[in-house]
Amino acid sequence: MVVVTEPIPSLEVAGLAFAYPDGHQALFGVDFSIARGERVALLGPNGAGKTTLVLHLNGILTGGTGTVHVAGLPVGKQHMAEIRRRVGIVFQDPDDQLFMPTVREDVAFGPAAAGLKGPELEERVDRALDRVGMAEFKDRPPHHLSFGQRRRVAVATVLAMEPEILVLDEPSSNLDPASRRELADILRSLDVTVLMVTHDLPYALELCPRSLVLSEGVIAADGKTAELLSDDELMRAHRLELPFGFDPRSVMGVPPREPGEAASSVREGA
Amino acid sequence: MHVPDGFIDAPTSAVTGVVAAAAVAVSLRGARRELDERTAPLAGLVAAFIFAVQMLNFPVAAGTSGHLLGGALAAILVGPYTGALCISVVLLMQGILFADGGLTALGVNITNMAIVGVVVAYVVFRGLVKVLPKTRRSITAASFVASVVSVPAAALAFTLLFWIGGTTDVSIGKVATAMVGVHLLIGIGEAAITALTIGAVIAVRPDLVYGARDLRQPLKLRVGGELVDAPAPEAARPVAARTSRRTLWISGLVTSLVLAGFVSFYASASPDGLEKVAEDKGFAESAEEHANADSPLADYGVKNIDNIRLSGGLAGTIGVGATLVAGTGVFWAVRRRRTDEAADVSPTSTSV
Amino acid sequence: MGAGHAHRLYRHGHSPVHGLPPHTKLAATFAFVVVVVSTPRAAMWAFGLYAVLLALVAYVARVPAGFLLKRLLIEVPFVAFAVLMPFVAEGERVEVLGMSLSVSGLWGAWNVLAKGTLGVAASVLLASTTELRELLLGLQRLKLPPLLVQIASFMIRYGDVITDEMRRMRIARESRGFEAKGVRQWGVLAKSAGALFIRSYERGERVHLAMISRGYAGSMPVIDEVTASRAQWSYALTLPFAALVVCLLGWSL
Repeated sequence: MVVVTEPIPSLEVAGLAFAYPDGHQALFGVDFSIARGERVALLGPNGAGKTTLVLHLNGILTGGTGTVHVAGLPVGKQHMAEIRRRVGIVFQDPDDQLFMPTVREDVAFGPAAAGLKGPELEERVDRALDRVGMAEFKDRPPHHLSFGQRRRVAVATVLAMEPEILVLDEPSSNLDPASRRELADILRSLDVTVLMVTHDLPYALELCPRSLVLSEGVIAADGKTAELLSDDELMRAHRLELPFGFDPRSVMGVPPREPGEAASSVREGA
Repeated sequence: MHVPDGFIDAPTSAVTGVVAAAAVAVSLRGARRELDERTAPLAGLVAAFIFAVQMLNFPVAAGTSGHLLGGALAAILVGPYTGALCISVVLLMQGILFADGGLTALGVNITNMAIVGVVVAYVVFRGLVKVLPKTRRSITAASFVASVVSVPAAALAFTLLFWIGGTTDVSIGKVATAMVGVHLLIGIGEAAITALTIGAVIAVRPDLVYGARDLRQPLKLRVGGELVDAPAPEAARPVAARTSRRTLWISGLVTSLVLAGFVSFYASASPDGLEKVAEDKGFAESAEEHANADSPLADYGVKNIDNIRLSGGLAGTIGVGATLVAGTGVFWAVRRRRTDEAADVSPTSTSV
Repeated sequence: MGAGHAHRLYRHGHSPVHGLPPHTKLAATFAFVVVVVSTPRAAMWAFGLYAVLLALVAYVARVPAGFLLKRLLIEVPFVAFAVLMPFVAEGERVEVLGMSLSVSGLWGAWNVLAKGTLGVAASVLLASTTELRELLLGLQRLKLPPLLVQIASFMIRYGDVITDEMRRMRIARESRGFEAKGVRQWGVLAKSAGALFIRSYERGERVHLAMISRGYAGSMPVIDEVTASRAQWSYALTLPFAALVVCLLGWSL
């Protein structure tokens, strides 16, 4: 890469609009940018266009207006293979993601499609499985793992491609609390850019310093996760609700500003 | 209906093996056109669906139950090529994994259930859809009729093969009556389930029913508040459809010619009922000349071998060898054509 | 691929038969069945020898007889068919225990039973000594069209998932008091099948998305290459060759 004064962001989305062939328009001009190494949560109610946005990031959906750049490379027909290597998407249901007969082959699928083979491929697979702590399950068929293990293998399949940015669709869904924490530890230990699409606001707060709120096909808010989650008006306007008794201010160690209101929620939560 | 080994004699199995291989090759080509690079995952999932549905037993009458063959269902839901391919894969895996249907009878099973079942169902279905008014109800009705017809048709195809290469001389009339009778009953059950299934899918996701494509509306795209006509991928489709239909007809013609040719040789070469008994009892010497006289293999020096059993065995072996060569040839040709096509700028311009 | 688990038909083990490359086993099984089918039915002793050959393979593969026999039950419908044959077939008849049976029907029944059973036994041995994954690699190695292998591979990967979905739907039906008793319940079964199809198809689309997200462009990357040495081939092909000798003897005697 050429040295430039300003570092190239991992992901840059500008003016993205898209309508499905059935006429339903999902995105109405989305703009945001994520710097290298950042962990960002993408929050939004059902039907806000989150999945549609994700599918634009590696060029599965195209044909609307606007641009997406991944580490400076425009998403388009001519670089599709490189873009798909750089953007690693972990889908919501690990059963969709793990389509090969064994864990090892599944993790090897992406790098092998990119042309890697032999010991180099094997080494890549081992490293990816190691990073999610699933090395000893290498030769097992995916459908015989627990749900949490499958989700971790799904993350490994994407890590094996050494992506520029890791995109996770609802990573915490259907996980029991222990698996949830293990996944959080894994995600924190990675040194890649992470975009996490989620409804799970506490999880977003725990992992991502910054959040974007996608609502009605546009970015409605962009800022520090703790601040966004504390903004009751914003939250209500975009159908975002914290779990019963959860107070972001208490979690982040910020003293509650309005004692009366916060006290009640703390009491309920404790 | 899964035929085991030894039911149909070796030469007939070999010939049907060739027919099945050719048909699968044609389906592979056609399925690529129906689904492009989504073929593998979608056809695989549909095959898994058919596999699961075959476990769905439906009660027929007091205490008995039948299960779906799924030919009509697959053809109407995902198109004839992909449908035939899915059923073939299901049969292949059932044969190898569950020993359900013999390995040497794979050609017979694929020909009956995957080819005859699917093609008959689809032809009847398309014919009816063309005639009937364009509504969802007529799609459901057409799929009912198509599957009622397809199951006994597959049974009839089996009867025909049994007549040509059956290893027991049960009167063909009896076999036909029994097979068609039983399968007509099963067919009615199959048809009810198929029609209702298609109806259920059409009610929720009409776009997923291949056979109901004609009901679709033209698409629009909204960009910045303006309605724009969607880039029409349909434009290329009629051409492709026409070529594929022609491919279907021509390949059908060729396979039936091949089938007729081979089969008549073998049919006339195989001794009739009485002679078979005589042969098994060891006094067939007098029939020897007749049995091999008009076989295509008679000129291959096999004739000089006195023992009729040995020469018959050789003929069988040569037949199997021919299968392998022909099968490989077909796949090779298809693969080569596919690469040619890929190199070609306008793939639709290539035809058979 | 040592780690333990595969389909319920597979019997884990480390016998010489388990260790053979899958394509040699597939080829050997297929050749064996072809030879069996081309044997004249009058040579009864030949079928006995085939059975002995298979028993030897089972012994070497350490597949217990009980396991093998239980799996042979898949054949039962055809046994019923075969039993009927002597009654319905044409031709000369003999009296056995006061019943009039057709001679050719008896031969036919014997033929179907002997060849069918041997075929089933051979396939069962193959399936119980070869893992699913290996079978697919073997088919690929035997030059089955790659698209067909891919479809089969997806079918196997998602067979469990879909059967499981079907089972859940059945439990949901039954826990609301549904019981499939007769024709009137067909509608409900069909609606389940319809829902199952939609779920399967949509999963197919999602799997496709996941695949292209990881660089799939129509063909599977080659990850495992199975190869067989000449010794392994000759070891595997011992079975069909022995059978071929028996078969030739059967024709000439």
